Parts: sequence; structure tokens; C-alpha cells
Amino acid sequence: MPAHPAGPAAVLSAAGLSKTFPGVRALDGVDFTVRAGEVHALIGENGAGKSTLIKVLTGVYRPDPPAAPGAGVLTYDGSEVEFATPLEAQHAGISTIYQEVDLVPLMSVARNLFLGWEPRGRLGLIDFRRMHREADAALRDLGVRVDVRRPLRELGVGVQQMVALARAVSVDARVVVMDEPTSSLEPREVVTLFGVIRMLRERGIAVIYVSHRLDELYEVCDTVTVLRDGRSVHTGPIAGLDRLRLVSLMLGRELGDVRDQGLTRFSGSHDTAAEPVLRAEELTVRHQLHGVSLTVRPGEVVGLGGLLGSGRSETAKAIAGALPPDSGRVVVAGVPVRTGSTPAAIRAGVSLLPEDRKAEGIVPGLSVRENIALAALPGLSRFGLVDEARIDRVVATFMKRLRIKASGPHQKVGELSGGNQQKVLLARWLAMNPKVLLLDEPTRGIDVGAKAEVQKLIDELADDGLGVLLISSDMEELIEGSDRVVVLKDGAVVEELAGDAVTEDRLLRAVAAMPADVPADVPADVPVDVPAVRTASGGDDD
Amino acid sequence: MTDIDVGGRVRVDRDRLLRILQDHGVHLGVAVLLLVNIAFTPHFVSAENFRTQAVQVAPVMIVALGMALAIGSEGVDLSVGSVMALSTSLLSLYLGYGMWIALIVAVLGGVAVGMAGGALVAFVGVQPIVATLALMVAGRGLALVLLPQLKDVRDPTMASLGSGDVLGVPYLVLIAAALALLVAFVVRRTTFGRQLLAIGDSRPAARLAGLPVRRVLVLVYVCSGALAAIAGVLATARLTASDPTSLGHLMELSAITAVVVGGTPLSGGRVRVGGTVAGAVLIQLLTATLIKHDLPPSWTQIAQAVVIILAVYAARERGRR
Amino acid sequence: MTVGTHSPRSPLGPPGPRSPVRPADGGTDADPPGPARAERVSAFAQQHGALVTLVVAVLAAWLSFDTFMTTDNMQNMAVSSAFLAVVALGTTFVIVTGGIDLSVGSLFALGGVLAAWGSRYGSAVALLLPLAVCGLVGFVNGLLISRSRLAPFIVTLAAMLGARGILLAVTDEGSRTYLVDEDSFFATLGQGKVLGVGAPVWITVGLFVAGAVVLRRSRFGQYVYAVGGNEDAAALMGVPVARTKTAVYTLSGLCAGLAGALNAAWLVSGVTILGSGMELEAISAVVIGGTLLSGGFGFLSGSLVGVLLLKVIQNVINQIGSLDSAYQQVVSGGFLAVVVVAQTWLGRRRRVL
Repeated sequence: MPAHPAGPAAVLSAAGLSKTFPGVRALDGVDFTVRAGEVHALIGENGAGKSTLIKVLTGVYRPDPPAAPGAGVLTYDGSEVEFATPLEAQHAGISTIYQEVDLVPLMSVARNLFLGWEPRGRLGLIDFRRMHREADAALRDLGVRVDVRRPLRELGVGVQQMVALARAVSVDARVVVMDEPTSSLEPREVVTLFGVIRMLRERGIAVIYVSHRLDELYEVCDTVTVLRDGRSVHTGPIAGLDRLRLVSLMLGRELGDVRDQGLTRFSGSHDTAAEPVLRAEELTVRHQLHGVSLTVRPGEVVGLGGLLGSGRSETAKAIAGALPPDSGRVVVAGVPVRTGSTPAAIRAGVSLLPEDRKAEGIVPGLSVRENIALAALPGLSRFGLVDEARIDRVVATFMKRLRIKASGPHQKVGELSGGNQQKVLLARWLAMNPKVLLLDEPTRGIDVGAKAEVQKLIDELADDGLGVLLISSDMEELIEGSDRVVVLKDGAVVEELAGDAVTEDRLLRAVAAMPADVPADVPADVPVDVPAVRTASGGDDD
Repeated sequence: MTDIDVGGRVRVDRDRLLRILQDHGVHLGVAVLLLVNIAFTPHFVSAENFRTQAVQVAPVMIVALGMALAIGSEGVDLSVGSVMALSTSLLSLYLGYGMWIALIVAVLGGVAVGMAGGALVAFVGVQPIVATLALMVAGRGLALVLLPQLKDVRDPTMASLGSGDVLGVPYLVLIAAALALLVAFVVRRTTFGRQLLAIGDSRPAARLAGLPVRRVLVLVYVCSGALAAIAGVLATARLTASDPTSLGHLMELSAITAVVVGGTPLSGGRVRVGGTVAGAVLIQLLTATLIKHDLPPSWTQIAQAVVIILAVYAARERGRR
Repeated sequence: MTVGTHSPRSPLGPPGPRSPVRPADGGTDADPPGPARAERVSAFAQQHGALVTLVVAVLAAWLSFDTFMTTDNMQNMAVSSAFLAVVALGTTFVIVTGGIDLSVGSLFALGGVLAAWGSRYGSAVALLLPLAVCGLVGFVNGLLISRSRLAPFIVTLAAMLGARGILLAVTDEGSRTYLVDEDSFFATLGQGKVLGVGAPVWITVGLFVAGAVVLRRSRFGQYVYAVGGNEDAAALMGVPVARTKTAVYTLSGLCAGLAGALNAAWLVSGVTILGSGMELEAISAVVIGGTLLSGGFGFLSGSLVGVLLLKVIQNVINQIGSLDSAYQQVVSGGFLAVVVVAQTWLGRRRRVL
């Protein structure tokens, strides 16, 4: 039952909403409206502004002050509102179910459900009988049967989410925001969740549904809003909207709109005849990766494509030893590497430039020099004493070679621009003489000039014989930078494009990955459309 | 708009002032206290007085150096006071076998406690406060089990270690200075020092960069334990007595104060050796000033409590930015 | 707890993949045997391990020493446990919120001295003065921790020093011991007996019953668990986090002050040198009793058992005679270490399972 514009009244709407962070305009005049009894999908790639929008709607962030009358206003239930805290929004009736369920895991189901509004009897003491009875009823109402006295953490994530939902519904929520609710659910649990969402819709509750899984959107949502670069680029009913069109809206690329090469600084193909320097075989991580295999040859840039949440970063982390796989092998230059150990991977010559540069990459309080020398320290010291002269030489070499702009080697890395931080990280790994570089979104959040430079560097590195695995949400970067592209979906490889097949058209189709859309001429050795249920069914690796 | 600009500039200036205060406040404090004492305290400016102050501050300073390492790794070591007691007990017990043997055993005791704490933190994943708290209780008990009451130390070499000097500079002060230089050297010039700072600053990044996080953490607590044990030995030599009941009592607090007042943030990633030394001196001067002006010890304790809170409060402001 | 930083803390982390995959729609409720049994065993160990150990220790002591199960010895043990138990009562609340209070030993001593000093102005002053002062210190601790977001260990460590300083100031630098009039009502609070059991024991039992009702059955109690279990989630669910934290540190100060006052009534004097190391005993008792140091889980009956266990061990060590009382510290420190390791290990196991 798709919601029609003329249907029920808008419960929550934003008009020309903007949100600026220092240096970044995360939301740029977004219009967004959700109606009673509507399940509204909110989608977009990383940095599109989804989470910022949700945070503004739920009172975590405050929007920029209205630039013009009527712009930048939040309207809830017919009147203008401003939520100072998430709690205020919640009291008003806007509840959020987070990806990592935000409840108290050590407390029982019933206590979680009723925290702060427990039924009280004589002497103001909590009436546990009534509380348990009512909790049980509230959950049964959602089709969940569970012992409400049990600590929440003993139950599955699915049940926990149901408890969060039941809490939201019990406190008379009128808008429920779900942030990737299915990301760690078993297939069965997903079915239950969808049942509940439909029930909420029937009760006239508005649901804002954020997910990267296109199939789910089509299954459960009525309307979709696509965000890109902080703007809302499309809003409309989801029924009848072509999947391919949806993906191209998200990525900002139109089919057949392939522009001339040369927008990026990639030079093109590299020599790819040699034996693979990196071979990942059947990497499997519960809920995240399902038998991912890929190879990278020396001097080759292999792109890892797919939407957000498709398992790109997880693949890189599993190869680099930062995410212990349940099964699978990593072979570097013909030698198997112990999985799940970062030092082992680094010794073998695998270096990872992590996606979250600030939290996992740089050590912000240390200088450029210390950051560059960090991983290579043992090699740059004698008997545990640091060889300052050698470090100076290495640092000078790389600062020059990578054109790192800092006031000097002693400037704190935390003070540098994003592009230069990224180059410092690259330098850190190049100082280790790696065989394989895993680059997870190397150009995200850095300005255009620096971006081109980093791209040029990647190219040079491949020319020097390194194997490069490139993860990027930037289609252009991926296509022009990569010699081959391995496409992931839901944690499994769905297609591998090589040579002339590396085109936007093919990539878009593969990413959208409707089974029918996958061309028949896929190379035979590529596992196409690995059935996700095979490993996702869980229970076997307990 | 101009209003905002003015506000912004004022804020920036305040920030800078705050940062200067955080970085150099301790030196400023030492200077002010010195000047105040020179001006108002009779008999302050005398070689004898400086000697006494320096000898008194040496053990605290040595313990604080180890504490600075622990705090730099985003941890803390509450067991240092008990380690001092343990080392004085061991020293007394083994003095019969010769001073050097006794010294080595005493320091090894500290190393063992540090290793236990480090293992709990690095391998089991216990919070540093809790791990070292358990060792603090057990360590003091062990010290008392080994040596139930105060015992005089009559070894002449020990006595000369405690009261002797070179060209008027007491051995204790020389040793403390040497250890401060050594720790400064370790922090600045060794792989261990660099890795320690990286781990304290950003553990996820350190882990992804392939650093031996666990090994470094164990070593941090071993260093802290060893330094505390050395401080225990020196304090014993100065007092020419082993008193496991009271030696090192509240030492963890004095050491943490010296480190925090010296500008090492509790959030890790930074070790200020010079600041720590100055912090220890500051507390010593503060105590001395209050005592010399006939203010009772109660005031000293209250003053120290206030100084700690102020220092942590100031450090918090930095952490927020 | 990372020192100094106040990163969002969720001690048990996100509920990772856990074993009994329970279908959301109910399906089967029968527990798969393996993991569930391990879970039950670990839960049992956590809840009743201390009690079992206590029973074993008492039986062993009874069999080994004729002087153990005597009325006198029991009386003494009960009364001396009472003071630690009252301190541990407040500590339990603090630890359940995931905090730590190192100032209680000093506040215990301060409470005793203030009570003895105040007893000359009447029993009401003797009782209320320590409560007011120690409660105030706890309140300030709570404000610094909850509002200024300073690390609990350092705030309460400073308070430990500050309280000791106040104590010295009140007692002419520790040189004066105030006496309590043995005939006053206040002295009977410590010395009196009801049904042959010392008054402090009755008071302690009463406080534990009240405390247990508050912790288990009141809304405030739920807040205490929620703050310790997941502070961020608690805030999002409308729990007044800062107020709850301030309240528990205030309560902890009040308990320490009251315990000190009762102790002074018992000794009919305000002894200045008491209480050092008591914070560690209290923390040990609470943790041995099954309360998680990371917060969010714990119960008062466990803390009581922990206190009794420590006191029985202490008594046994005294009975042996040849052993120094310092063994008590070794044992409780070792106990604390073992329990903490077990907790960390069990916690991790539960998460992985």
C-alpha cells in the first residue's frame, strides 16, 4: 500500500534543512517529509548526509539556523519544533532504533522495556508482576515470545531490536527511525522484523528506514528519498522505480553518461601478466563475508566495488589481519599468511590504509616524522635505540616523494589536512617496502587537488610493481584507477570486471545486481551470485 | 558578525592562555613558590635546606617517572606504594647476603609485581586501575608478611648510599637525576618509547600499524614496578630502616599528582619527563612552604588534594578540544 | 575504564554474535544444552561462588579451631563485620554504576572522629555531624565526576587525601582522641545489645534490607543499573545520568560516615588512625560478592557475603596465631585479582559464546 502524496498528513517534515560542520556542509537544503503509516526509505552512499539527517531529525544535532524564512525548519505534527536533545525528540514521539541496539544488555528484557516508567505499586516500589505481564504482552503484540526476565544480552540481536521497537511503540512513538536494522540479523529474524514494520504501518506510525540492502527496500518500503552530497536528489514511491535507476541516483552517475577519461589522474592500465602477489581464498566472516576470493598481481590495481555495507572494508581488514576470518586463506607471494594477525600480515608485506583515517590510521598527537616511522621502527633502530639519522633520511625521502605539505617533520599529524594525513599514512607503509597495498577510500574527505595527487601516487606505486587493492565509493576513481574490478554484494563476490569490461555501465549493473541484470558472459571462474544463505544461516560456526 | 568575531578571538586567546598554562604552569608554579619562599621563609636559601628538599623529593620523583610511563600508555599504576614496601622488605631480608644481592632481589620484586600487573592489563584485559589495585593490596600484605615490623638497616654501605654525596650533591639526587635522564632517553630515543606513545595516543591505530601492543604494555608496568622498587631501596637507605607498614603509603597519589601537574594528560599519548620532575618538585615545595610557615600537615594534605583536582580539571579542558 | 578519557563506555561491548540463536518469533524455547549450561555455570559462579566459599571457610574453621564457633568470637566477628559492611553498602552502589570510590576509608575515619567530637553536644549531633560532612564530601565527589566528568579514581583519591587532612585538622594533627560518654544514647548504638546481638549488627541488617529494596525495587535502583550497564543508552532512554551518579557518591559518603560513627560509638572514642586501606577492603568485598567492576551488575547480598568472607579469613589467620595479620591483605589482594580475572574471562566467554 504505497502512500500517496494526497494521503495521510505529514508527521515530520524538514524544509530546506542545512547542517554545516567546520569545513563541511553535510546537509545542503534538504527537503524531507514522512507521513503517518508510511515506510520511508532513506538511502545514499557514505557522506551523502543520511546519518546527519537522521541525527538532526532525532535531536542529536541541531540544524543550522534558518537562512531564509521557512527554510531550515523542522515541522512535527503541524508545528515548528526544535529538539535540543535526543530525549526531547523521544518524548515528542520520535524514537530511533540504532544499528547497535542502544539498550542496557545486563538488564532484563522487561526492565529495559520499562526503564524510567516502571509500573509502581504501594510505597512507590516497582510492581514487577505487572511489569513482566505488560512487557510480555507488549512483545507478544509484536509477535515475539520470550522470557522477559532474562538479561537482554542473552538474547539474539533480533529480539533485542524487537525490545527496542516495543519500547518505542510503548512510549507512543509516532515516528520510528531504523538505522540499518537488518545488518546483523538472521534471515528468519528479518522476516519477523518486516512483519512488525508492516504492523507499525497499519497502526499509522511513520517509519524511516535506512538500509543499504536494495532488496529490503523494495520489500518493505513505500517511498524512497535518495541523498547525495548533502542534497536530496530524488523522492518518490519506490514501486516502479527501476533498481538501476536507483543505484545511479545514489552514485550520481547516469547510464551512458560516461565522461571522457582524464578527469582523474589515473593513467590507465598496468602490466598484469605476472603471478599474483596476493591471493585471498574463500574469506568468510560471520554476518559479514561469505567466501570472498580475489587475486592481485604485482603492478596491478584491483578495484573493489559495491555499495556501502557490501563487505569491501571487511575484505580489506580480513586480508590485513585486522578482522579474524572464520575460514579462508590469505596467500602473499606464494606464502600463506597467518590470518587474524596484523603483525603477521605486515611482515608478509600487506599494508592497509584504513577507511577511518582519524580513528584507526593516524596517531594524531605524534608528529609527521613519528607517524611515518611508526610501523618501520624496528627496522630503523639498532638494539632498540632509534636511529634518528636514518629516520630523518626516510622521512625526508617520503615527504618529498609524496609531496607531504607540513610545516616540517615535527608538526603534529592531527593538525594536517586530510590529504596530507593520508599521504603520511601512505608513507608509513611505503617505508615498510610492502608488496601489497590495501587502500580503503584513500581519497575520501580530502580536497580535489590532494585527491588528484593521491590518485597519481597510487598509479606510480603500481608502476613500481606494487599490488594495489583499491576501495572507493567514487565510481570514476574506481573505473579509471583499476585494471580489474571485483564487485561485492552482501559480503560475496558477484562479479569481476576486467579490461574493456571495466565500464560504468557494467559496474552499475553489477552493483545493482538484480540477478537478471548480471550479464551471461561473466568469466567462468568467478563465483557469481554466491547464495548468501549458505553461510549466513549461522549456527554452524558457534 | 563582528560580535561573533570578537567572541571567537577572545576564545582563541583564552585557549592559548590555557595551553600555555598547561604546558608551563608547573614551571611557573615552581618559580613562584621559590620566589615566595626566598622572600618570606627564613633560612630557605641555604645549601642545607636545598639538600634536604632534594633528598626528600628524590623517591617521589623516581616513582613518578614510572607512573608517567603508565599514564602515557593510557593506564595507571596504583601498586607503586606497595612495591616500595615490598622492596624495602626484600632488601632487609636479603641484606645478609650482601648489599648488591639484596638490591637486585628488591628490584626484581618490583619487576615481578609490574609483570603481573602488565599481564593482567595486556593479556587478560583488566582495567589498569583494577589490576594494579589488587596488586596494591596484595603487595603491601606480602611486604608485611615478609617483614612484619620496622627493622633498622645497619649496613654501612646502605647508610652511605642514603646520606653520602659527591661534591655536596647527595647520591639520592644524582640517582634520581640519572633515572630521569634515562627515562627521558627511553621515551625519546627508543622504539619502546615511540611505540608506548603511539599506543597511548591511539590504540586502534597502533594495533593496525602492527605494533606489539601487549609486549609494550607489559614492559610499561615492569618499568613502573622497577622504578618504584628502586625508590623503595633509596628511601630505605635514607631512613636507615625498613618500614613496610608506612613506606610508600599514598605514594601512588603523590606520583599521579606529580605526573598530572607536570602536564602529562591522563588520556595518554604523551609523557613529559621534565614536567613530571618539576611536578614532584612543586609538590615538595608546596609541602615545605606550608610546613616552614608552621601550617600543620592537615593543610598540606588538603592543599595537595586541591592541586590534584585543579590539575585534572585543567587537563580535562585540553581533552575536550 | 580508560583513565581520564570518558569515551562512551559499554563494558560488555555490543552484543556480538551469541550462541543460542533464538528465533525472534518464539519457535522453540528449549535451550540448546552446551552453551546454555556454560552460561548457567558462569552465572552461578558469579552469584553464589562467594557464598559457597564462605560456607566452606566457616566449616573448615569450625572443624579446625575450637575457639572459632564460640559465642564471643561470633559476636566479635559480627560487630567488626558490621562497619565494613556499611561501607561496602555504599561502595556497591558506586561500583554498580561503573565507578569507584577510594575515599571511603578516610571518610570512615573522619566520620568516627567527628562523631566522637560531636557527642559532647548530644547524640543527635554525634550522629548527624559525620553524616553531613561525609555526605557533603561524597556529594562534591559526585559533582566533579558527573558534571565535570573527571575520572572517578582520581577525584576520590584526592578526596581521600582531603578527608584525611580534615581529620588531622579536627584532631590537632592527630594528637587528640575524643571520647564518647559511655552512658549516652549514642554509645548504646555501638555498645548496646538486642537479643544478645550487638546493635551495630542490627543497624547493618536494617540498612542492607533497605538498600536492597532501593536497589532492586525502586526506580532509582533501576537507574543505577542502567547507568552502569550502558551509560549512553541510559541517557537516551531518559535516565538522569548525572543525578544518579551524584547520588551514589553521596550515598557512599553517607555510608562511610555512618559506619565511622557507629564504630566510634562501639569504641567509645574517635580513633584517628582507623580506616586506612578500608576502601580496598570494601572494594574487594563487593567484587568478591559478584558485583562487576565494569558496572551494571551486582547485588547487596553478595557484598555482605564478601564482607563476611574477608572477616572469616581474617579471623582464621588470627586464630592460627603464628601467622601475621598481613596475610589477610595478601589473601584479599589475591582474591581480588582472581575474581577480577575470572570476571573478565567469564564476561569475554559469554560474549564469544
